[in-house]
Amino acid sequence: MLYRESGQYKTSYTDDQAIFPLKQDRWLMAIALVIAFVVIPLTSSEYMLEAVIIPFLIFALAAIGLNLLAGYCGQISLGTGGFMAVGGYTAYKLTTSLPDMNMIIVFLLSGVAAAFVGIMFGIPSLRIKGFYLAVATLAAQFFLQWLFNKVEWFYNYNPSGTITAPPREMFGFVVTGPHATAEARYMITLVVVAVLALVAKNLTRGHIGRSWMAIRDMDIAAEIIGIRPLHAKLSAFAISSFYCGVAGSLFVFTWLGSVETEAFNINLSFQVLFMVIIGGLGSILGSFIGAAFITAVPILLTNAPQFFGFNLPIDLQKHFEVMIFGVLIIFFVIVEPHGLARLWQITKEKLRLWPFPY
Amino acid sequence: MNETRNIGDTLLKVDNISLSFGGVKAITGVSLEIREREICAIIGPNGAGKTSMLNVINGFYHPQEGTITFGGEVRKQMRPHLAAAGGIARTFQNVALFTGMSTLDNIMTGRNLKMKKNFLWQALNIGPARKEELEHREFVEHIIDFLEIEAIRKTPVGRLPYGLQKRVELGRALAAEPKLLLLDEPMAGMNVEEKEDMCRFILDTNDEFGTTIGLIEHDMGVVMDLSDHVVVLDHGEKIADGVPDVVRADQNVIDAYLGVAHD
Ligand SMILES: Nc1ncnc2c1ncn2[C@@H]1O[C@H](COP(=O)(O)OP(=O)(O)O)[C@@H](O)[C@H]1O
Ligand SMILES: [Mg+2]
Repeated sequence: MLYRESGQYKTSYTDDQAIFPLKQDRWLMAIALVIAFVVIPLTSSEYMLEAVIIPFLIFALAAIGLNLLAGYCGQISLGTGGFMAVGGYTAYKLTTSLPDMNMIIVFLLSGVAAAFVGIMFGIPSLRIKGFYLAVATLAAQFFLQWLFNKVEWFYNYNPSGTITAPPREMFGFVVTGPHATAEARYMITLVVVAVLALVAKNLTRGHIGRSWMAIRDMDIAAEIIGIRPLHAKLSAFAISSFYCGVAGSLFVFTWLGSVETEAFNINLSFQVLFMVIIGGLGSILGSFIGAAFITAVPILLTNAPQFFGFNLPIDLQKHFEVMIFGVLIIFFVIVEPHGLARLWQITKEKLRLWPFPY
Repeated sequence: MNETRNIGDTLLKVDNISLSFGGVKAITGVSLEIREREICAIIGPNGAGKTSMLNVINGFYHPQEGTITFGGEVRKQMRPHLAAAGGIARTFQNVALFTGMSTLDNIMTGRNLKMKKNFLWQALNIGPARKEELEHREFVEHIIDFLEIEAIRKTPVGRLPYGLQKRVELGRALAAEPKLLLLDEPMAGMNVEEKEDMCRFILDTNDEFGTTIGLIEHDMGVVMDLSDHVVVLDHGEKIADGVPDVVRADQNVIDAYLGVAHD
C-alpha cells in the first residue's frame, strides 16, 4: 500500500515517459531537492559540508560520468582520475589566465577539454574490448598524470608543483579560493551536479542512450540496425569524460582548494569505479548511492566505534574499509551487477505489492 | 494463394557472388533476385551458405567476387549501418536482442536511424527532442499492438521466453520500416502454435506494409505456404530457383535434402 502504482493510470505516452512516472517517486525527488537546497545549507556544520557532503556530490558527478561510459555503453575505463585531472588543470589554467571568466563557464570548458582528451583515448575502443580496453585506459591514466606533473606550464611554473584555486566571485559571493565559505562552495557544487545529473538522465532515456545500451548489449546487432559504433562509442567517451572533467574542476575549486597531480592518481580511478559497481551499473541514481556509500563508510568506521565507547586504531579502520569494499565488490560483480540501485528497485517492487505477497 | 499478388520490379539483385573464409568456400557464384513485395525463401541443408548470403546482403561479410544491386543502384563498399540506412533490416538465427533493455526500448532502437535531434536537445529534453521521442513512441506502439506483445512492453527482454524474444526481434526490424526485411530462421525452436503466430505476422507484414521479405526457413510446410519464390542453396551453390511447387519436385533439391553424395 505504501508504494503503489495502482490507480495511477497513464493516459498518454507523455505521462508514461516522464522521468518519474510514479507519484511516490516524484514526492521522494521533491523531498530530496528540498533537503539539498534548503535543509542542508541551513543546518549542516562546516565540517559536514567539507568532509562529507561536497565530496559526495563531486564523486557522484564523476561516478555518473564513468557510469555513462561503463554502465550504459559497456566500455570499461580506468582513466577516470586522468580525465578528472584534465578538468582540474584546465580550470586552473583558465582562471589564472582569464581572471574575469565566469566560474560556470570555467567548469563547463574544463569538461569540454576533458571530452576532447576522452575522445582521443577512446579511439582504441573501436578495436579492442574488455580487459584490453581497460589496459589502454590505464595507459591514459598514467600518461595524463605524468604529463601534468612533468610540464611545468600546467601549474604555472609553481616551484611546489601544486595548483591552487584563485578566489572568484559569483552573485557577490566568493565561491572559490581560501576565503570561500563552505556554504557557497556547497551551493555552486550542488547546482552544477543537480543540473548535470538531470541532463545525464535525459540523455540516457533518449535515442543516444539507447544507442549506447545497444552497443553495450550486442554491438553487432546494433550496427545492423544502423547504429554506428564509432559515433556511439566516441560520444560515450566524450560525454563521460566531460562529466569527469567537470568533476575534476570542482574537486580542485570547490572542495580541496589546492592539489598536486598525485591527487588524481589511479586510486581515484578505482574509487570512482567502486562507486559505480556498488551503486549500480547503468543507473544514474546508483551513481549517487555508490558515491554516498563510499564516502560514508570511512566516516562511519571512524565515528561508530567511539559512539559505542571503544576506539578503533586508524590502521585497523583502514583495513576494515578495504575489506568491506572488497567483499561488497565481489558480491555485486558476481551476484548483482546492477548494484544497490537494483536492490532499491526490488524493495520498491516488494512495497508495491505489500502487504500481499503476490 | 499467390497468383493475384501485386509483385513489382526487382528490388535486390545478387549477381555471381563468391565468398570464402581462408580456404573455406561459403558461397560460390550465386545469383538471385528478390522482387518488390514478394516473399522469397532461401532454403538448403545446414552449412549451405544461407546465413552467409544474408550477411553479404546486409554488408556484414564482404564477398570476394560479384555485385549487388539494391533499389536499382549497384552497391559499393558496404557496411551494416549503411545497409540499414538504405532500408535493409534483419533478424538473426540466434536471437540478437539487447538483453538489458525492455521490449519497448529494443523496438525503439529500430527507430534510431530516423531520430535526428542532436544531443543538446536531448540533454534538455524539451521541445523538438520530446516531440520526436513521442512521435516515434507512437509508431512503436503500433508495432507492439500488431505483434500482440502489449503485456511485455516494459519487461527486460533477457527475461522473456525464446518465442517472444523472436517476436520482439521482428518488431525491432519492423520499426525501421525496411524496404527489404531479412529473416534468418524466424521459426527455429518454436512450438507449433508459436510458428503459426509467426507465419501470420510475416504474412501480415508483407500484406499490410508491402514489405519485401527474404526468409531462411527449414520447415518445408512453412516455406511452401509463405513464399512466392524459393531459392535453394547447397554447399554454397545455387541448385534451384523458382515457384515452390516446381522447386519441391526438383530432383537436385530432393537429392540435396536426402544427402545424396556429390560427385
Ligand atoms: N565467419 C565465418 N568464418 C569462417 N567460416 C564461416 C563463417 N561464417 C560461415 N562460415 C562457413 O560458411 C559455410 C556456410 O555457413 P552458413 O552460411 O552459416 O550456413 P547456413 O546458414 O546455410 O547453415 C559453413 O561451412 C561455415 O562454416
Ligand atoms: Mg544459418
